[in-house]
Amino acid sequence: MADSTLASPHAADDEETRRDFLLIATSTVAAVGTAFAAWPFIDSLNPARDTLAVAITGVDLSPIAVGQAITVIWQGKPVFIRHRTAAEITAARDVNVDQLPDPQPDSARVEKPEWLVVVGVCTHLGCIPLGQRPTDAKGDYGGWFCPCHGSHYDSSGRIRKGPAPANLAVPPYRFLDDNRIEIG
Amino acid sequence: MDAKTWKNPIIAWVDKRLPIFTMMQHDLVDYPTPRNLNYWWNFGSLAGIVLVIMIATGVVLAMHYTPHTQHAFESVERIMRDVNYGWLLRYLHMNGASMFFIVVYIHMFRGLYYGSYKAPRELLWQIGVIILLAMMATAFMGYVLPWGQMSYWGAKVITNLFSAIPLVGDAIVTWLWGGFAVDNPTLNRFFALHYLLPFLLFALVFLHLVALHTSKSNNPLGIDVKGPQDTIPFTPYYTVKDMFGLGAFLIFYLAFVFFAPNFFGEPDNYIKANPMQTPPHIVPEWYFLPFYAILRAITFDILFIPAKLLGVIAMFAAVLVLLFLPWLDRSAVRSARFRPIYKQVFWLFVADCILLGVVGGHPPEGVWVPLGQAATAFYFAFFLVIMPLLSFIERPRPLPSSISAAVTGKGVGISAHGVAE
Amino acid sequence: MKRKTLAAAFATLLFTTGAAVASEAPKLPAQSWSFSGTFGTFGRPDLQRGFQVYKQICSSCHAAHLLAYRNLTDIGFTPQQVTDFAADFEVEDGPNDEGEMFTRKAVAADRFVKPFPNEAAARAANNGAYPPDLSLMTKARVGGPDYVYALLTGYKEEPPAGFALMEGMHYNEYFPGHQVAMAPPLSEGGVDYADGTTATVEQMAKDVVTFLSWAAEPEMEVRKRLGVKVMIFLVALTALLFALKRKIWSDVH
Repeated sequence: MADSTLASPHAADDEETRRDFLLIATSTVAAVGTAFAAWPFIDSLNPARDTLAVAITGVDLSPIAVGQAITVIWQGKPVFIRHRTAAEITAARDVNVDQLPDPQPDSARVEKPEWLVVVGVCTHLGCIPLGQRPTDAKGDYGGWFCPCHGSHYDSSGRIRKGPAPANLAVPPYRFLDDNRIEIG
Repeated sequence: MDAKTWKNPIIAWVDKRLPIFTMMQHDLVDYPTPRNLNYWWNFGSLAGIVLVIMIATGVVLAMHYTPHTQHAFESVERIMRDVNYGWLLRYLHMNGASMFFIVVYIHMFRGLYYGSYKAPRELLWQIGVIILLAMMATAFMGYVLPWGQMSYWGAKVITNLFSAIPLVGDAIVTWLWGGFAVDNPTLNRFFALHYLLPFLLFALVFLHLVALHTSKSNNPLGIDVKGPQDTIPFTPYYTVKDMFGLGAFLIFYLAFVFFAPNFFGEPDNYIKANPMQTPPHIVPEWYFLPFYAILRAITFDILFIPAKLLGVIAMFAAVLVLLFLPWLDRSAVRSARFRPIYKQVFWLFVADCILLGVVGGHPPEGVWVPLGQAATAFYFAFFLVIMPLLSFIERPRPLPSSISAAVTGKGVGISAHGVAE
Repeated sequence: MKRKTLAAAFATLLFTTGAAVASEAPKLPAQSWSFSGTFGTFGRPDLQRGFQVYKQICSSCHAAHLLAYRNLTDIGFTPQQVTDFAADFEVEDGPNDEGEMFTRKAVAADRFVKPFPNEAAARAANNGAYPPDLSLMTKARVGGPDYVYALLTGYKEEPPAGFALMEGMHYNEYFPGHQVAMAPPLSEGGVDYADGTTATVEQMAKDVVTFLSWAAEPEMEVRKRLGVKVMIFLVALTALLFALKRKIWSDVH
């Protein structure tokens, strides 16, 4: 406070510059601090450690007979696992891939041809398609049919007709042995 | 309020229709503030910032908390262990409550010392007292939420106070509980109210500020602003001073959060609530201890009023008496700097409040009982006897002619003491 | 001047009341813990030995239901070791497709399996005493780690003359009231340490208290590390703000 010598205009300029510099430096440091302080609040809304710990689901495939399907819960979503018949596999392969709305060969969607594993959430607006139970409508292509807005999926879970823009998603999974898979 | 012309066309467009920028300019930038405010004046803005921190952390904590007797304790521990940075948010909130009271108590003692409650600031002060009451209610209900032993037994003891009310007491307690014991309905309503009250607090703080900006800030000399030479604009002078104060405060606050997060807490609250087992010493959080001491100081009946009811009345009266302060203190001089006797008594009163806090933390046995009674007697005597009496017997020292005169040392009849800070 | 006298008088008051409280219970001997202080951390070998003591001795009566097996990777166990620890326990799950509850092996994501299904069962198995949950023990007692250590090492074979010890109780210098239902849990060589450390009572007590301190505050190391950074930042920011404040106010004074 004793150093305020406003004798010459030059000194006043100097004073001004130093003040501006200090103001900018302090504001920058404070802004950086505030940005860092926001992170814990944002990150706390991400999945917690206990949620992440149950993000992997193991499934025993041995009880599923050929032609049958089961639904398991993985990360709060239904996953369709279908033990496909030879006819279904052939139907899935026997398609002109280029003409599909979301071109993808069947081989890119399965680990083993007889097992189809897809996330059972319609890619249109998130309804759960029908086709799991024997009595369900399976749609025009022998896969799944979404009752909400009429999307038809084939036996490879690919979108064939209707408003959905993409095929049913294939979750990350691996075979632990012939009869067990781990999703996640 | 002069209509300022804004250079930025968007700001100008908005401001013409909704003058928020003019209001901000008026209240946060141009606001003429006495040039001689000392650091004790930092605590008002600090309290506002702590309220914002409490609401921000509280809203996020509420997203992870489960208000159910079977899950509350575990859900808080899940926040501590599994939620990302949950421990940080929870410790910020937990220690933030203590910080809030430290800051607000200092803010109140400042007002008491410098006579900030006197005309024309009576309503400003009274809104402050109501803010304190709302804060206490919020803090009390918040402390119940983790559902530890102290949460449960604190809730039980404090709600039971209402049973002292004649005739309808028991009915009121049952109504507060929503059952026949502190249980799930109680926890649920406390959670709802704990979430609601801070927003009410926010509205009260807004009124507090409106009143402040109408009657303008008091100052350490306690004399009125005489003209522009006595004031400086709020920005940049007091914004930067408040920011510096905030920095220093955050160092204090976060030192507890990171290195001694349970300093203000009770170990018993890390034991899940057990309605069948009372902890050996039930103590409220430190900020309630003086009032707890007053509650327990009344161990005798007066006429037909039982001690239990008297204690409850005394405890509430200890806060409510503050509402009448502007009329209990008749002295024309605001600042204790010019009131030689009041200044001494003020420090005795501060010591008395701390003593009450110490008494409140001990079981009511032996020397603590008469000590608590003496301290309680002094507490009320300070407001009801000493203050009115001093108004007549005390001879204040001469006041400086103006703030600017005092600051530049050219005042008439001013003692060296008056220019400190 | 008077203010100072007053403060001194007040300090005396505080000091004497503090002393009065301390005399009620025997003073806890202060241990030097690696995890106390601003920079304190848990030693990983200490934690693992402490877990072994907890697992082999304490856990037969005391639950620690806030811990999950997966948490053990934080104290240096491999995911495979954790899976193996968990697999020793059975948890109830279900219902299955037939609507029946079934048991399965515990997995890393499960919380520590309790030794007794509920408090009544625990009391029935322990002569009416309830072994408290240990997840938060060092945070839930006055004195924290020092208290737990003192309790574990504070047993006396014979109570002092004239002390009436009830049937089935044990004399402990540091337990409130000195009568504790828990038999002395630690004895020389009580565990066979995997790392070859000699298992004295003091060693086991120290290790298990370290483990329990971690169990109560698993965030402690992260908290302190972040705290140091935050403090350095805040001191720098506050210094800058102070300089700016002085500059801006230089034309007022």
